[in-house]
Amino acid sequence: MIVSMTLELKDIPGQLVLALSPISEFHGNIMSVIHQHDEKTPRGTIPVQITFEIEHRVLDNLIVRLENSGVKVARVGEERLRSTVSVILIGHIVHSDMGDTIDKIDSTGFAEVVDMSLSMPAVEKTSSAYLVINAVGEDELGRALDIMREVADKKDLLMIEPIRLNSVGA
Amino acid sequence: MKTVKISIIGFGAVGQGVARSILSKREYLKKQGIDLRVVGISDSKGSEINTEGIDIENALLRKKQKGSVAVGTRSALDIIADVEHDIVVEATPTNINNGEPGLGNMRLALKSGKHIVTSNKGPLALHFNELKEAAQDNGLFFRYEATVGGAVPIFNLVHEALAGNRVVGIEGILNGTCNYILTRMSEERMPYDLVLKEAQELGIAETDPTYDVEGIDSAIKLVIIANSIFGLDSTYRDVDVTGITKITPEALELANRNNYVVKLVCEAREGKLTVAPRLVLKRHPLAVGGTQNVASILTDLAGRITISGKGAGSIETASSILSDILYIVRNS
Repeated sequence: MIVSMTLELKDIPGQLVLALSPISEFHGNIMSVIHQHDEKTPRGTIPVQITFEIEHRVLDNLIVRLENSGVKVARVGEERLRSTVSVILIGHIVHSDMGDTIDKIDSTGFAEVVDMSLSMPAVEKTSSAYLVINAVGEDELGRALDIMREVADKKDLLMIEPIRLNSVGA
Repeated sequence: MKTVKISIIGFGAVGQGVARSILSKREYLKKQGIDLRVVGISDSKGSEINTEGIDIENALLRKKQKGSVAVGTRSALDIIADVEHDIVVEATPTNINNGEPGLGNMRLALKSGKHIVTSNKGPLALHFNELKEAAQDNGLFFRYEATVGGAVPIFNLVHEALAGNRVVGIEGILNGTCNYILTRMSEERMPYDLVLKEAQELGIAETDPTYDVEGIDSAIKLVIIANSIFGLDSTYRDVDVTGITKITPEALELANRNNYVVKLVCEAREGKLTVAPRLVLKRHPLAVGGTQNVASILTDLAGRITISGKGAGSIETASSILSDILYIVRNS
């Protein structure tokens, strides 16, 4: 799941690391950090907005860990697009109109391609792409994946998905 | 002392591994009160038969020097039907087109009242339920731990240790060749063709690698798992298979940068059988490297159980066969 959190840090050095390291300890993937140093709260603390991807089951433990280390968790919000999946595509991706592929996902209204990296070794060789798709929920994510599979099949791309049982009782 | 007579049908890497294991475990077997005698060994050129027990060392030496164990011309079928013994160790090579000669050997063994221990995947991928039912009808054991995952005891784990559990799904890496190729490609950033060549030189991949790299071997093993553990009646034609030949070093690098590795994963869930390259988080127990095999079994009571180990090799496969032989000896 993708979480956005507002933390309040004391205005002394080393506080940001204190806030970020528990997130990586819980294998969270930090996506953005907004550190508003000139916007102090009435309490004299500095608000920081952090967006990260993390497994749902460790979120409560993370919050406890943050609070115990003196970081105040002011707000925890789940992102609208809270389900996420990564896939890899291999094939003649550029020639197959990647924009169209992404449009097919984005136009659903319930899912978006939020990240993409492309690697093209040479013109005549097959290229590889890494895509992150977010959706409003697990069912919608499943539907977005169905669309991707269909597109990959039609455009003769190999699509590599994550293992599936991983999320169930893992 | 309980005397147990066995035959070894097929004397290639696996058959010889079984012979060597029996030799090296002689003292252990004696302590267990078991006098294990090999009364027949056959390979493609002929056979040796001795109802009192073959000199195994001698047979191994002859195979090494002459390329065959044969001292007579009686066939595997002759041994199975005519020589009095308890267990047929069927270790002929896998044939996925019609299962022969293993299938004929197994059918005859069950008909003539002999238990089967096998490493041969072909007959099980094509006629699993027929063989299983024939064994049950005749009150015989049909054991096949060595067919999947080499030394990794998947069937024993599920059928004995996890008895009572319902298996929700299984994911595994069951082909060491593919796992070696993907691991090397990822670590050395080498293209598929080059790593394949290297694997062939090391003897990890066959001269004709199709069977491994196109996912066929993985699919066959998945079918045996599905039939044995989920009670399905599937053949390898029911598996949705994608191999690893199209995977690029760039794809592996992109995966690596995002904390994933790419593995050829077998998956059995809700009656669906799939073999395909998958993204596996680096810290996930399925992310084993080199030629390792691994199976992750999700059950209703025990949760997730993951075991990994050597998926191939003469002695490693013989370990599973010996364990099956001892199971039969102790339970019959």
